Amino acid sequence: MKNYTLILWAASSLAMAASAGAQEITIATVNNGDMIRMQALTDEFNALHPDITLSWVTLEENILRERVTTDIATQGGQYDILTIGNYEVPIWGKQGWLVPLEFDDAYEVDDLLPAIRGGLTVDGQLYAAPFYGESAFLMYRTDLMEKAGLTMPESPTWEFIGEAARAMTDRSADINGICLRGKAGWGENMALIGSMANSFGARWFDENWTPQFDQPEWQEALQFYADLMKDAGPAGASSAGFNENLTLFQQGKCGIWIDATSAGSFVSNPEDSTVADSVGYTIFPNKDGIDNHGNWLWSWNFAIPTSSTHQEAAKTFITWATDRAYTELVASKEGWANVPPGTRTSLYENQAYLDAAAFSDEAKAAMDTADITKPTVQPVPYTGGQFVSIPEFQGIGTSVGQIFSAVVAGQTSVDDALAQAQSLTTREMTRAGYIQ
Amino acid sequence: MATRETAKLARIMRAPSIILLLIWMIVPLGMTLYFSFLNYNLLTPGQTSWAGFFNYSYFYTDPAFFQAIWNTLVLVLGVLLITVLGGIAIALLIDQPMFGQGIVRILVISPFFVMPPVAALIWKNMIMNPSYGVFADIARFVGANPVDWFAQYPLFSIIIIVAWQWLPFATLILLTALQSLDGEQKEAAEMDGAGFLSRFIHLTLPHMARAITVVILIQTIFLLGIYAEILVTTNGGPGYASTNLVFLIYRAARLNFDIGGAAAGGIIAVVLANFVAFFLMRAVGKNLD
Amino acid sequence: MARAVTSRVKLINTAAAWFVALLIFFPILYTIVTSLKTEAEAIAGFNLIPSFSFESYVAVQTQNDYLKPFMNSVILAVGSTILALIVAIPSAWAMAFSPTRRTKDILMWMLSTKMMPAVAVLVPIYLIFLRTGLMDTRIGLVIMLMLINLPIVIWMLYTYFREIPGEILEAARMDGASLWGEIWYVLTPMAVPGIASTMLLNVILAWNESFWTIQLTTTNAAPLTAFIASFSSPQGLFWAKLSAASTLAIAPILIMGWFSQKQLVRGLTFGAVK
Repeated sequence: MKNYTLILWAASSLAMAASAGAQEITIATVNNGDMIRMQALTDEFNALHPDITLSWVTLEENILRERVTTDIATQGGQYDILTIGNYEVPIWGKQGWLVPLEFDDAYEVDDLLPAIRGGLTVDGQLYAAPFYGESAFLMYRTDLMEKAGLTMPESPTWEFIGEAARAMTDRSADINGICLRGKAGWGENMALIGSMANSFGARWFDENWTPQFDQPEWQEALQFYADLMKDAGPAGASSAGFNENLTLFQQGKCGIWIDATSAGSFVSNPEDSTVADSVGYTIFPNKDGIDNHGNWLWSWNFAIPTSSTHQEAAKTFITWATDRAYTELVASKEGWANVPPGTRTSLYENQAYLDAAAFSDEAKAAMDTADITKPTVQPVPYTGGQFVSIPEFQGIGTSVGQIFSAVVAGQTSVDDALAQAQSLTTREMTRAGYIQ
Repeated sequence: MATRETAKLARIMRAPSIILLLIWMIVPLGMTLYFSFLNYNLLTPGQTSWAGFFNYSYFYTDPAFFQAIWNTLVLVLGVLLITVLGGIAIALLIDQPMFGQGIVRILVISPFFVMPPVAALIWKNMIMNPSYGVFADIARFVGANPVDWFAQYPLFSIIIIVAWQWLPFATLILLTALQSLDGEQKEAAEMDGAGFLSRFIHLTLPHMARAITVVILIQTIFLLGIYAEILVTTNGGPGYASTNLVFLIYRAARLNFDIGGAAAGGIIAVVLANFVAFFLMRAVGKNLD
Repeated sequence: MARAVTSRVKLINTAAAWFVALLIFFPILYTIVTSLKTEAEAIAGFNLIPSFSFESYVAVQTQNDYLKPFMNSVILAVGSTILALIVAIPSAWAMAFSPTRRTKDILMWMLSTKMMPAVAVLVPIYLIFLRTGLMDTRIGLVIMLMLINLPIVIWMLYTYFREIPGEILEAARMDGASLWGEIWYVLTPMAVPGIASTMLLNVILAWNESFWTIQLTTTNAAPLTAFIASFSSPQGLFWAKLSAASTLAIAPILIMGWFSQKQLVRGLTFGAVK
């Protein structure tokens, strides 16, 4: 009996000692490949910081956004680290909902790509740390292009892409000339359509915040997109997002795929991709004569809400996860082609990375030329390439995305869709007070 | 049995459930009513202000609003049509003498116990998927082009899924009512020379009338609130083609963070539901005596 | 009903009924079959014979931690049922055995709370859960599920209790039994089947509830409904895994449902059809 009590006492004091100073931080994140890799490396983090337990909340992008936004708007305090994009960071930073981040010299904050860092800074203060950055580019099947007797130019125009896609389409062989996003969402189909519109010379709003869907540039862009999807796009495109198109491309069913630069590491990975050695990369197309390649720039970033009660521990994790050492860790475990791209200049000076990632040149080029402060050829009152950096954009972008998705589904005509988008957006912007 | 002592005890025993349901009914509904008169967006909490009836008029002038009401009605009526007619037919079939009636019953009632997200995903991915689904395989087999169900016929696809889930319920209720039909009456009618159709119209159907009414009303209550099937398949799209009232309000509340607008929509949903509730209570109330 | 039925007619009926039944059951059957395939097999085309591979069931646990939402479903279903019974049994008791003039009205009013569309109170419930820290907690959901099913539970118990003949009680009282003795030794054994039936139905309803379980959870308390709903846009090939997850999610309730047909009719029609 006495031994038993002794053991019990010893066990409980050990437990107490271990838990003293132990903190649990909850990380809300998106269910993409890089994050899944990061979760698999939790043990590595714990080896360095045994007193911090990581609790991962992995959600699909749209659900993640909704949960995270609700939590921070209501100061819910459910999460200690939020994975948010460069859309939310400036808005929430300005509202004082995020903890400003200060790093010491070891972090080398100047190594961060200027375009990315700029997107996360408000009034000179950094509000989030990027762990992943992307722009958009064009991936294509070199073998199918050859078969169609075409050569991909260095800077293709949309007209050329239209031709090439239609030439490569072979319905009987289940080959779609081009796979583009059609799934509704401001960060899904609207990211692509928005960038496309930019490259056609269109813009969301003019200087007075009047929506521009009734203008010829949007008309041309949407008509081109709709026709292309009909002639050369896959079946079920209206519900196809990044994940669905990735699967299609990996299975060899797409001739061209225009999407995020991060796709490069997935389509060139022989383990998942059946066409890994026949992929070529080039820059986002533009309409002939328009000097604009979309300006798609996106970063997934870690930020700490001011309602978090474990800010120090959260900061420790963020530093670990976005540091240079992290990329080296991933490289050692999974190879350089799989490290999260697009955040640090040093990565693109690393020969090992440049060798392993066949697409890295094109990816970096895309990121360097993306300017979200001047996303369109005509003047605009907003920033943001494939999105518009105002809080109302979430709702408007999704509603417009729904309408444009209906065009791909064959449910609405291009003209009707543009008219609906115009009236809907005008209504919302007037209610929000942008239009007087 | 109702002495004064037991009467007091009875009141105490009834109290918890009554109090709980009272709070459950009044407090949230009252809050919804209050919010519906506010300009309250979760993303801009500092700018909350009194809106009067603006939310209602804004909701009402939303082009999606009438589409959503229409879709709700089409959804409910479509499912009712399929389940009631199908239910009667299948109940009549199962009521016949056969081998393995018990197993047939089990197979037929199974869809009702499948949770809505699972039912929706099974139909979306395994059956209606234009590349890999069973319908696509059948279409290719007969040489036709596979139909992209959720893109071309979004509301109809959802009606199919929901009707599949509720057909068992209707069948079961109607079968129960059918089997309570007095065998002697049936025999008497037959011996009088009444044919199957005549027997059905003049004997069977009137007997089942009450059960059919109950099926329609109970199902309507639940069908007005269809949500998970839409969330998991079309998300209300394309456009607003498969958005019903519930989904419209869900979007306003959870995706646009428009608390005031969503509350106004909620009140409208309550008014709509009250129409149905009125009739159901009358039908069920008769059972209490 | 002594009527001579030719075996030919019986065979035709059997064939027709089995055909319809299998057609209706087909989606479920196909899902179970696909869950026993490998992913490559699953997208290879229509095939009713799987390779009986259990790799998807394993993957569903190792890749997605299936056990957690499964346990949450169990906890929510059982928890809310127990809570509902604690509140409902005394109520139904009192209303069945000590009815007053108002009993009928009270029952009708309880029925009406069930008809309030959930979405109408989405906003306040959501905000309340956020502010009180009940969001994404099992206890919060247990309370919610109890509230929405309480009317059905009370109604079902009421109709069962009303069937217990009052004479037995009087006989017991005349034999000198106390009120407590009356309840425990006489009434309870007769009420147990009714209570069991009600429990069965409530577990089924709570397990399948797909509005609040999705709105009020993220990960901690997320039951199978929310978990499966999150499969609507996954990365990579997943059909066999989805089938495995679905089969596991519906199996318990499917089996319970097969045994609860009568309870279903009684409970969901509020006793209007017996």
